[in-house]
Amino acid sequence: MLPRVALIDYKAGNLTSVRKALAAVGAEVFTPEAAGELADAQGIIVPGVGHFAATAALDAEWVDAILARVGEGRPLLGICLGLQWLYEDSEESPELKGLGVLSGTCRKLRGGDHEGQIIKVPHVGWNSLERIVGAPILEGVADGSQVYFTHSYAAPITTDTAAATAHGERFASIVQRGQIAGVQFHPEKSGEVGLRILRNYMRMVG
Amino acid sequence: MLSKRIIACLDVRDGQVVKGINFEGLRSAGDPAELARRYNAEGIDELVILDITATLERRRALADTIRAVARELFIPLAVGGGIRTEADAAAAVDAGADKVSLNSAALSSPELLTTLAYRYGSQAVVCAIDAKHAVDANGRKIYAVYSRSGSTAANRDAVEWAREAEARGAGEILLTSIDRDGTKIGFDCEMTAAVSKAVSIPVIASGGAGRLHDFVDVFTTGAADAALAASIFHYAETSVHALKEHLRGHDIPVRL
Repeated sequence: MLPRVALIDYKAGNLTSVRKALAAVGAEVFTPEAAGELADAQGIIVPGVGHFAATAALDAEWVDAILARVGEGRPLLGICLGLQWLYEDSEESPELKGLGVLSGTCRKLRGGDHEGQIIKVPHVGWNSLERIVGAPILEGVADGSQVYFTHSYAAPITTDTAAATAHGERFASIVQRGQIAGVQFHPEKSGEVGLRILRNYMRMVG
Repeated sequence: MLSKRIIACLDVRDGQVVKGINFEGLRSAGDPAELARRYNAEGIDELVILDITATLERRRALADTIRAVARELFIPLAVGGGIRTEADAAAAVDAGADKVSLNSAALSSPELLTTLAYRYGSQAVVCAIDAKHAVDANGRKIYAVYSRSGSTAANRDAVEWAREAEARGAGEILLTSIDRDGTKIGFDCEMTAAVSKAVSIPVIASGGAGRLHDFVDVFTTGAADAALAASIFHYAETSVHALKEHLRGHDIPVRL
């Protein structure tokens, strides 16, 4: 039996590509209609693109259910906006709280002139991963591998940061703390490197 | 450092890639899925399917093509051509497109950019602009925008329209030079730089690629964030890999 992974659809972007990539790495994906359905999920993925305000749909009931599963040791993966939601909050919607399992505030990337180079925000395209510490989610991913980003806000580099990426400034592109992991880029759009990272997550799921 | 993207465009009619295809080892030269696999293996950064079908059946055929291409592809896929309504965009996205590209529809109904950005996020909305050098009624030099495959003057300047498209929610601009399209004499670096410097979203340059060095020019002088080409790859005049090696040799960051 394939491991059952809950892909949470909180209406922040289309999930077709994520679903397809997870199927390709051997997950049985389901989209829970209600927080109660997370009870039998072996892993939980919070995807998402767009504005941090969209995470308001992940209300107290969802937060409690997710934290309960994480407390039982089931791996949680945040993708893009889903990674930002793992932190305490974001400048993008200061009135909202994130899940708060990682400490720090997500901030807008500072574009403009960086040492004579014009840095555009949003950060869109392929950029490289600079490994900071070894982590199960990074297993087998060569230092300098490129992955596909599309975002304007980013998480700070902290002790939870496994890999960083530079776009004018450096930010956390892969994070992991125990069973909680997050990626700022889109593994489902990042070729073989992205699939490897999703396989690493599925290995954490078991 | 952010890489400059190389994007291949597949012109598709009735489910088959048109324009000459000259790759060795392809079973069916016109099969979009097979060509997409080939480009992916060569290291293309992104694919665009441009639907040039003109029949009533187009929407269903296009969805089948998108599904077939997207099935084994794990890089960004954009779809354009014939997307006129929110329903057209939804059909493309549901079939597996990551981005939809709007051209004439964005000019006639610019609010569609906002509607789609709200529904799918700006990263999924590409505003395609076809433009050429012109002079306006006051003798001012402009980049005149055309709709309907270059046949109808939109009475807009590309720089001004790109700014508006960004404000309305477009996440990228796909800028095609009508003057250079099909000429193989190089991209219109002047127009590309003018648009790229006027917006903060990425600008994809298109039209005129002929030599490897044209790409160096468009990424330096042209300030492009990405470059799109079709025939230079289809005819196997160069491989994606050889192009990227050339760019790296000129200190342009690429994904190799």
